[in-house]
Amino acid sequence: MSKRAAVMDWATSVFVDLSLGSVRAWLAEAPGRKATGFLPVYAPREVILAAGMLPVGIWGGGDRIEIIKGDAFYQSYICHLPRSVIELAQTKRLDCLAAVLFPSTCDVIRNLSGIWSMLYPETYVRYLDVPQVLEAATGGAFWQNELRVLGRELGEVADSEVTDESLRSAIVIYNEVRRLIRALYQYRVEKPWSMPTAELHVLLRAGEVTPPELFCQKMRDYLAACEAEPGRVQDRARIVIMGSFCEQPPLGLIKTIEQSGCYIVDDDFVLGNRFLAADVSEDGDPYRALAHGFVAHAMASSVIFEAERFGKRDLAPARVKAARAEGIIFAAPSFCDPALLDRPMLANGAEAAHIPTISFRYAENTGQFQQFGEQAGTFADSIKLWGAA
Amino acid sequence: MTAQKDQSMTLQKEMIARHFERLEQAPATGEKVVYTFVPGNLTELILSFDALPVLPEINALQSGMRGKSREYIAEAEKAGHSEDVCTYVKCDLGMLRSGNIGPTGTRLPKPDLLLLSYTGCYTFMKWFELLREEYDCPIVFFHVPYQGEGEVTAAHREYMVKQLKERVIPALEQVTGKAYDEEKLRALLTKSRAAEDDLVSVLHAAKRKPSPLDAYFGAVYYVGPIFSSFRGTDEAVAYYKALKSEIDERSAAGLGPITPEGPLDDQRYRLVVEGPPNWTHFREFWKMFYEEKAVVVASTYSKVGGTYDLGFRHDPNDPLGTLADYCAGCYTNINLPGRVQILCDYIRDYSANGFVINSVKSCNSFSAGQLMILREVEKRTGVPGAFIESDLVDPRYFSAANIKNRLESYFQMIEARRESGAKRGSVGAQGASV
Repeated sequence: MSKRAAVMDWATSVFVDLSLGSVRAWLAEAPGRKATGFLPVYAPREVILAAGMLPVGIWGGGDRIEIIKGDAFYQSYICHLPRSVIELAQTKRLDCLAAVLFPSTCDVIRNLSGIWSMLYPETYVRYLDVPQVLEAATGGAFWQNELRVLGRELGEVADSEVTDESLRSAIVIYNEVRRLIRALYQYRVEKPWSMPTAELHVLLRAGEVTPPELFCQKMRDYLAACEAEPGRVQDRARIVIMGSFCEQPPLGLIKTIEQSGCYIVDDDFVLGNRFLAADVSEDGDPYRALAHGFVAHAMASSVIFEAERFGKRDLAPARVKAARAEGIIFAAPSFCDPALLDRPMLANGAEAAHIPTISFRYAENTGQFQQFGEQAGTFADSIKLWGAA
Repeated sequence: MTAQKDQSMTLQKEMIARHFERLEQAPATGEKVVYTFVPGNLTELILSFDALPVLPEINALQSGMRGKSREYIAEAEKAGHSEDVCTYVKCDLGMLRSGNIGPTGTRLPKPDLLLLSYTGCYTFMKWFELLREEYDCPIVFFHVPYQGEGEVTAAHREYMVKQLKERVIPALEQVTGKAYDEEKLRALLTKSRAAEDDLVSVLHAAKRKPSPLDAYFGAVYYVGPIFSSFRGTDEAVAYYKALKSEIDERSAAGLGPITPEGPLDDQRYRLVVEGPPNWTHFREFWKMFYEEKAVVVASTYSKVGGTYDLGFRHDPNDPLGTLADYCAGCYTNINLPGRVQILCDYIRDYSANGFVINSVKSCNSFSAGQLMILREVEKRTGVPGAFIESDLVDPRYFSAANIKNRLESYFQMIEARRESGAKRGSVGAQGASV
């Protein structure tokens, strides 16, 4: 078996397992172990790890679960993610989680925290109000305090105090995680023919439920495999996908876009795993460092207030330039307020910079991809025929 | 047929008309204009700087009531805004693109400051990011932490006060050229208290049988001044005093509220309503209730701008702290368990025999989780709930037949329960089975 196949086999087996088998196996390895789940987009995984618990990203059931109970909780005009998350929970696939964190991504996830606390009163639930004023004295101080409270409370859940030392160690580990993810993303910019996004996506999703040290090893293995087993260079359009930072598209949709003539050279998928765009300081007060890391280096995204008047407008050209892309696909989940409200601002910026774009909506369980393939294929052709950014 | 109105509704209409005239004149008079939101509105602080507040949600709902929102929303969607997002936002953006003529037919002034009070609604952030691209004016973000754990912690309060001191007030000083005047703010807050006391007296009157007011269709008018540009003013004090007199008079006479088709004295159903109303078909929607002799005795949308009936009052002795407390306590900043408790308390305290959720497509802050709220409230109170769906200001999402059908079935169900309850009661009394 090739190295690439070995990594992808592992990643796929973890990715498709909605019952969190790998998490359960980890928990069973030693008595007293616990795991904490978190919804998209950003949660401070370091604090979870510092409490000795496994951070577990909850990304819904995608197209791999039939929704029966989940639909009883949500009207038709709410996005699909919370209903599959509820489905997973109600069918006991998430019962291995001792705690669940709900970041301030949008009002749906916010209110899901309330639903969770009523459905599962024995589970520790915390809403994470990430700072929106990215100034050290204001938002930074606020976030530092929130992190301290979270650390104290997760320590109680885990029966294992979060110390400065344990938190610093966790920061070191997650800095490495983020560096490797950035390395993967940069590699893909350079050689997208060797790193299909369908593979990268599965690897990153597997990483969401895997101990970070193991995940780092898998990422190194995959990077080495891409180098050792390069793909065939093809004349595809280089595109950025924006808007898919929370409810993830089905894997089939990602494959369809790639097979339609596109190289995805940048994307918003699983954004929380690299949300801090630079290393968090590994010295000094770790809570202060983590808070500062957020305030100073949180990625520009739809879930954080944009302080500059035309910051949103400038973001699309900046992403395209950094990835040496030729166009943007705005791919947002239906009913996703953050992505859809941002889209006109981002699209205006792309238009002003003469960057071609297309736009569509999906759901995590979208099952028909032909229309997306046609759109993406036509888009890629138009870029090749009539030029790009 | 001319709709019947309370005298207070007429009074309010005049207040609002004067306010919009003042807004129209603002570019000429030099009065500074601050755009902000209803939940977490810092009206007293804005007024202490002699600035004029503008509340885009109120413009949007007024556009809905005046039949303008369809075209405004279409305008926004033509500009690339999704069908899936909040129609208040789209209505406002469409109105802007159509000349920014406000609800009273006068042009709205551009903002001198966007005061983004981030209270209880994610969409507010995006709304002002979008407006900021249109207007070349400063923006100040006031982060009100969500009551995720069901309380306002000391640290959160401190954070809000710090922001007021270090960001909001300096922004207002910069824009208006005036220094922060705490005594002026205290004076405004003192008047706010007086108005709030009278408003709460009005809301509590719905505990009576019959209720002298409709606490949803009527209350959304009553809260207009206190939720918007008038809280802290003599006008608001006078308005709520007049309103209270009106309600007290009706209470004393054992009368019900005035509906567009006359008084509703004979009240068969006492309801608690959760969720915003539909504005585009407001009267038609209301009619579906009063023609069934249903009066709303308590509602949650009438608390988005402040939960005064739960005990909050602005405190002039702690001006900035009280502003923080006010913002944190607005209904949409309260977590779902808190909302469930409020609804259960309302059902008990207002002797409600029914509970209706109007779920609006636009508003995830309200709508996400309402199905859980429905079941939880039913479970805890034993009172059956009805679930209807519409939208804020997009008329395409108001299906009158569908809603009427559901409400009629619901009222029939309450009747049936009532009758079977009565039969069981008479069986118990006679000691024999039917």
